[in-house]
Amino acid sequence: MQKYGRRLMGALRNPANVFTALVLVIFALTPIVAPALDESFYVIVFARIMIWGIAAVSVNLIMGYGGLISFGHAVYLGIGGYTVGILAFHGVTSAWIQWPVAIGLSGLVALIFGAISLRTKGVYFIMITLALAQMIFFLSVSAERYGSDDGLSILARSDFGVSGFSLNDKTTMYYTIFAFLLASVFVSWRLVQSRFGTVIRAAKSNDPRVQSIGVAAYRYRLTAFVIAGMMCGIAGLLQANLESFVSPDMMNWQRSGELIFMVVLGGMSTLFGPVTGAFVFLMLSEILAGWTIHWHIIFGPFLVLVVLFARGGIAGLLTRRAERD
Amino acid sequence: MDYVLLTEQFLNGFQLGIILFLMAAGLTLVFGIMDLVNLAHGSMFMIGAFVGGTIALLTGSFVVGVILMVPAMLVIGVVVEMTALRTLYPRDHLDQVLATFGLILFFNEATRLIWGPEGLVVPLPAFLDGIVSLGFGITYPVYRIFIIVIGLLVAFGLYLLVGKTRIGMLIRAGASNRTMAGVLGVNIPKLFSIVFGLGAVLAGLAGLIITPITQAAIGMGEDVLILAFVVIVIGGIGSIRGAFVASIVTGVIDTLGRSFLDVVLLLFLPANAAESAGPAVSSMLIYILMAAILFFRPQGLFPPKGAR
Amino acid sequence: MLKKLMGSAALLTLLAGPAVADTVKIGFVTTLTTPVAVIGKDMRDAVDLAVEHIGGKMGNLDVEIVYADDEFNSQKGKQATERLVLSDKVDIVAGYIWSNVLLASAPVVLGEGKILISANAGPSPLAGAQCNENFFNIAWQNDQTPMALGELLNQQGVKSLYLVAPNYAAGQNMVAGVERTFKGKVVGKDMTVWPSQRDWSAELTKVKSAKPEGVFTFYPGPAGPAFIKQYQQAGLAGDVPLYSVYTLDSISLPLFQKAGMETVLGTKMTQFWAPDLDNATNKKFVADFRAKYGRYPSFYAAQSYDSIMYIASAVKAVNGDVKNTDGMRAALKAANFDSVRGPFKMGNNHFPIQNFYERTVVKDADGNWTTAVGRAVLKGHQDPYASQCKMKG
Repeated sequence: MQKYGRRLMGALRNPANVFTALVLVIFALTPIVAPALDESFYVIVFARIMIWGIAAVSVNLIMGYGGLISFGHAVYLGIGGYTVGILAFHGVTSAWIQWPVAIGLSGLVALIFGAISLRTKGVYFIMITLALAQMIFFLSVSAERYGSDDGLSILARSDFGVSGFSLNDKTTMYYTIFAFLLASVFVSWRLVQSRFGTVIRAAKSNDPRVQSIGVAAYRYRLTAFVIAGMMCGIAGLLQANLESFVSPDMMNWQRSGELIFMVVLGGMSTLFGPVTGAFVFLMLSEILAGWTIHWHIIFGPFLVLVVLFARGGIAGLLTRRAERD
Repeated sequence: MDYVLLTEQFLNGFQLGIILFLMAAGLTLVFGIMDLVNLAHGSMFMIGAFVGGTIALLTGSFVVGVILMVPAMLVIGVVVEMTALRTLYPRDHLDQVLATFGLILFFNEATRLIWGPEGLVVPLPAFLDGIVSLGFGITYPVYRIFIIVIGLLVAFGLYLLVGKTRIGMLIRAGASNRTMAGVLGVNIPKLFSIVFGLGAVLAGLAGLIITPITQAAIGMGEDVLILAFVVIVIGGIGSIRGAFVASIVTGVIDTLGRSFLDVVLLLFLPANAAESAGPAVSSMLIYILMAAILFFRPQGLFPPKGAR
Repeated sequence: MLKKLMGSAALLTLLAGPAVADTVKIGFVTTLTTPVAVIGKDMRDAVDLAVEHIGGKMGNLDVEIVYADDEFNSQKGKQATERLVLSDKVDIVAGYIWSNVLLASAPVVLGEGKILISANAGPSPLAGAQCNENFFNIAWQNDQTPMALGELLNQQGVKSLYLVAPNYAAGQNMVAGVERTFKGKVVGKDMTVWPSQRDWSAELTKVKSAKPEGVFTFYPGPAGPAFIKQYQQAGLAGDVPLYSVYTLDSISLPLFQKAGMETVLGTKMTQFWAPDLDNATNKKFVADFRAKYGRYPSFYAAQSYDSIMYIASAVKAVNGDVKNTDGMRAALKAANFDSVRGPFKMGNNHFPIQNFYERTVVKDADGNWTTAVGRAVLKGHQDPYASQCKMKG
């Protein structure tokens, strides 16, 4: 026990970890503190941020550790979300059916898309993931039955059939999302530490060498791609439940770009980087948007500056400062 | 099937292809030579439309607008290259994608601040208004023929520039092996500025000549940008010829898909299923095409000779 | 965030208890950015004029309008609505141009038990199965205006029709509405990608080839002028009469006039209102709007003006006790106020039962392009979804 305590204190000497801890404490306490201050609006805002956090963690898994830049990752948000929406539309509201189907479908699509796109490299990989995502985007836009461009209202949230546990309760909804956020970070931590993670990371830095020692990098990458797709699908099904609404906009290519940026902003290939990145990204846009409707004119150059001067993202910036002191 | 309808739809597709080519030509050069993924190329399309359109409205002449747009976009392109993009060349594709994504947000908002949210309506020059008969019962809007002619002239000009001039030789050298070109004494920074400026002019031209049809709107470049990326990936990055062929193929397939797919699907599907599947499949068509081509030829149709 | 929390905490201690309701706070959601912001501007101007006309007061309460931007996007519209309801704590939410934004946002307002008034969007679900006691529409149900147009086509003797409209909720409702009443043959139908598609070359070529006796279209906002311009460029304007709903309005007509597109003159449409509709309220509204802003109001403006007057009538009826939702509801159901459209009734589903008129594009006495109202095509018309709504009148 004491050992862990000392390690924790050691970790907190790094400002990046302090920031992460602060964000997590805010996430944990919002449903208790915000209503007391008559600001329950923030419960929804933070729930939304945490969902983006889960999606960003999944992007980090393939991009941060695997070096695979997918410009179509938001498509799995859409698949997870639309599965819930479409099943609910047809009267299937049981979470025990909806959720496994949503996660399974996300994985299946990731398997197909991954199998095609992992044959290419570099820019071609970016472009083909984008093209494949656009296909699903346009499919949803033309799905007249499911609302086309307007999206689909979900009249009933996923039902667990357990009394006392209902997603219609705001606090239950919130802490369900929080639990999934922590779980996604835990899963990515375990994966990265495993033999599997070592191969993925090695393949990123030096592909031919991994090939030569007899490990088929392709299969490992594909597996990582599928896991990331399923994790993002979970974010999608949570988002569908939170918003009670799904629309093609969930998988717009700009959403994929924003996901990538959240990861870079927080700090690529760091465990909690995507979470803090999502937090800062969305809070900043929230604050700037409240300040002026022309907020993009500040946000755009901010993006450029982060890329140019803060390569390690927030984690990198804070850690570097600590090392300098 | 009615040959008049088919011909006119083919012309529509060809005209869309021309616009895509003007976008893709600059994109593929910048991509092939500088190895820069430039999402902000769509902003050049938009800025060309707004700047050229404003000049046209001020002078009362669309032609003057087109002519003055060229030096204006050259300057804008070179300035953007020197201030924002130059530092990105040594960076990886991820940094380039993100930084130029940021530039899109900036340019869109700056355009909104300068021109207002409602966009710009640029009237068609009177001498290009109306329709013309091409014989065999085929009639076609004069202005769309004008677009096709302009595009073909530009394509021919680019062919001469790249194939027959000294600067073209440098461009080709840069596209196939940048380091070698640098070692051989080519002034790489200057070459890059010129190529980027040229790309900005072509994108701006595309934006401006489509404006009398669609009007200028904020963010108008983004949809075209994605199509242009599809085009250059299909054509092979760095290849002007590939960009041309892929543009025309993409434009024609997209247009023919939108016009005839529901009719074709009717042969296999019941009427209401065909009616709803038609728009869905036709909007996915070019992405399916791209995925298929990349699956069989991961470097596109015309990879430049000696490229990595 | 922290600052905001601390700020509100400080405020709370200052006030020490709930604020006394001496203002009525109305959230108004519309589009203030993106190219379609021209519509939002017209609505906002009309709301400001309405507030001016009632002297900034509803009964004994001061009026505070909180405008919110939906960014022409259903997700953003929903978030803006959440901010209004949960953070700004408005009493009533009104506005909404787009059916999709309204469908996404309605559960937020209705879930909090607050009253929601649509000043434009009238999607079929909210008129039928998903109708709600706290939801009111002060404009029309989407199908109604095109149904009137279908009837107009029958009266004009049009036998074959081609439909071109955007593929989103309102576009589908518009097409369905025309098909409901039009008795001739529909020779073709194209639903285009909304809002990105701005070049209709493929669709217009198909129209040319199908040789219909009329074309029906619906493109709200700046897409409308672009479509009509291409219609003319394709050489169709002289040959095939174009019929439209919500496409030619006081926002687009000055643009056509500037571009000298004479073929637009004489074009027919249908609507529940027109700038020259003959009643005292409308005359005052149009005259004051023109005096203040130097242009004709659009139908968006008319509906927005009405929505404020409508809310004012309800607030007065409950003597300023806006928390009395039952009272508010009863007053809104009675709809006892002078509308710019003249007399009308609220139906069981809280959508208006009203007349729809023929409108023709003309030049006014000063040479400005506007529309002239014709006879009523449909009288006392109720939307077709009302029967699916479980609420009884």
